[in-house]
Amino acid sequence: MSILVGRETRLVVQGITGREGAFHSAAMLEYGTNIVAGMTPGKGGQTALDGRVPVFDTVADAVAQTGANASCIFVPAAAAPDAMLEAADAGVSLVVCITEGVPALDMLRVYHTLRARGVRLIGPNCPGLTSVGEAKVGIIPGNIHAPGTVGLVSRSGTLTYEVVQAMTDAGMGQSTCVGIGGDPIVGTSFTDVLDLFNRDPDTEAIVMIGEIGGDEEEKAAAFCAREVRKPMAAFIAGRTAPPGRRMGHAGAIISGGAGTAESKRAALEAAGIRVADSPSRIPALLRDAGVR
Amino acid sequence: MKLQEYRSKEILARHGVPLLAGEVATTPGEARAAAERIAGPVVVKAQVLVGGRGKAGGVKLAATPAEAEARAAEIIGLDIKGVTVKTVLVAPAADIAKEFYLGLILDRGARAVTVIASAEGGVEIEETARTNPGAILRLPLDPLLGLQDHNVRRAGFFLGIPAELRTAFASVLRGLYDAFMGADADLAEINPLVITASGELLALDAKIVLDDSGLFRHPDLEAMRDLNEEEPSETAAREAGINFIKLDGSIGCMVNGAGLAMTTMDLVKLAGGEPANFLDIGGGAKADRVAAAFRIILDDPNVQAILVNIFGGITRGDEVARGIVEARGMLEREVPMVVRIVGTNAEEAKPILAEANLITADSLDDAAAKAVAAARGPGG
Repeated sequence: MSILVGRETRLVVQGITGREGAFHSAAMLEYGTNIVAGMTPGKGGQTALDGRVPVFDTVADAVAQTGANASCIFVPAAAAPDAMLEAADAGVSLVVCITEGVPALDMLRVYHTLRARGVRLIGPNCPGLTSVGEAKVGIIPGNIHAPGTVGLVSRSGTLTYEVVQAMTDAGMGQSTCVGIGGDPIVGTSFTDVLDLFNRDPDTEAIVMIGEIGGDEEEKAAAFCAREVRKPMAAFIAGRTAPPGRRMGHAGAIISGGAGTAESKRAALEAAGIRVADSPSRIPALLRDAGVR
Repeated sequence: MKLQEYRSKEILARHGVPLLAGEVATTPGEARAAAERIAGPVVVKAQVLVGGRGKAGGVKLAATPAEAEARAAEIIGLDIKGVTVKTVLVAPAADIAKEFYLGLILDRGARAVTVIASAEGGVEIEETARTNPGAILRLPLDPLLGLQDHNVRRAGFFLGIPAELRTAFASVLRGLYDAFMGADADLAEINPLVITASGELLALDAKIVLDDSGLFRHPDLEAMRDLNEEEPSETAAREAGINFIKLDGSIGCMVNGAGLAMTTMDLVKLAGGEPANFLDIGGGAKADRVAAAFRIILDDPNVQAILVNIFGGITRGDEVARGIVEARGMLEREVPMVVRIVGTNAEEAKPILAEANLITADSLDDAAAKAVAAARGPGG
């Protein structure tokens, strides 16, 4: 079992005929994700991925004709806010937006609109998520996973892969791995995912990969201290990042002395969470915390 | 992207915020001419993006055009926190009776555009937040409704704006809000907003920081970028589509992915070295892109070794290895190179790297240690 996506997921891919959309849709299909539809305006009636997936002009059509209940978005940044709103409007319950570079003011409108409608948004600027052995939605390489009971949540992409690979190499499998995205405004926070993992009977331990900027790690630490009794380990990237500079991710910036790696590490440790100096140390910290 | 004061004022003026715009000058003679046109006391202000210009001697009053010329001569060429002043703003001096802080920020915690107001104007808001947090109003705006009249009234009453200036205050805050939204800003602040001795409300200083992700729809604002305050290597990287930030260490880093790039820097430090840069090469990592990244890294004479860390997910490791070898052949300066490629086709990458005599590593910790050792040189 897992959180957010699984065998019951019926996915529509927005932008399935684009270069990125087509490439990653093929990888998702290969992993076993049930892609029921694609959507590209003007290409309705065609098929994608060698005839395996029907393409629709609108998400509403895709939902009506295939029963899609989740969407994955691969469209350019200028079109992504509208794509997220369209998915919510069409009635899917989960929207995963991979697109990087979405303007923050657009995200404010999208964030609050989707929250009000009870639609779960992951991202934007995220690698998506994988429920190991069931479904992957997004771009996380499928071959790095091993099935198991550790849930992982991260703001990053390749750093997530690094940690997942380290866990798999150490014989420590994963339940679900969620990349929540590196932007200042993302649909789902660390705390949201930690809450889901905490309730998931098949997740026995949790790994959290944070980075500089904002205070979501601090909020998550407070939540863990209150609610979470499952073993945890964490890593925070950006100890050497200079203040006032955006470190690649739009949200990774120390501003006005707030959002430093030290502050996040201190908050996590105060909540009793072990924080690794290097991603390679995560499996060992989990073992120290009692994970076998 | 940060905008200079005079650019920020241009934008605010377009939205009806009352201010004394003044003129920019790049020579003392131009400053004098500007002061002559203003025909009254002026303030000469260094146009730099770093904070603390007042304390550094970058803001000076001048009673006459001759004084303005002399003050401009002192300020132009001044070094303020590593930035050489090239431009000054010559603006009419105001007779200040009362100062306020008024700003809008994209508040990521509240997930809202938030009004920040304080009656303690003229000091940095971070300073007020430390010394007297009760003096600050934080007012998150409904993201779907935007700035409402009741928000404006609340800010005005909080600041104690006199009754006769309430309408003027409303147009200042409305103008600031329209400017913020219209420019896709992260921050727009007026500090200080003043009431003059003659009872006028005026924006004396302004700062706007733009959301880089919004720039694609504002080519006019992109054109306001000040290359004088950007490292030339960072300009080159931006033009090549590479995320790059120059630092002071000796170990150049080339990584795919921002989080992994930060982690690589952290591990260099943990291994006893200092990173020379942050560099996220993005997806793909084709030879021409890798070559551009190497050139940008090696442009820094402090760089003694390069650590390449690629997690091949979508990117195939052997393709990256070939790109690295090919790019290395095009370089003018040779430094030791430690290459770590993991993930898809990492095994196929190994013989390619070995044949090119590159130092390889399996783990990131090992790669960082080898890069630190290589930067110290033999016997170092």
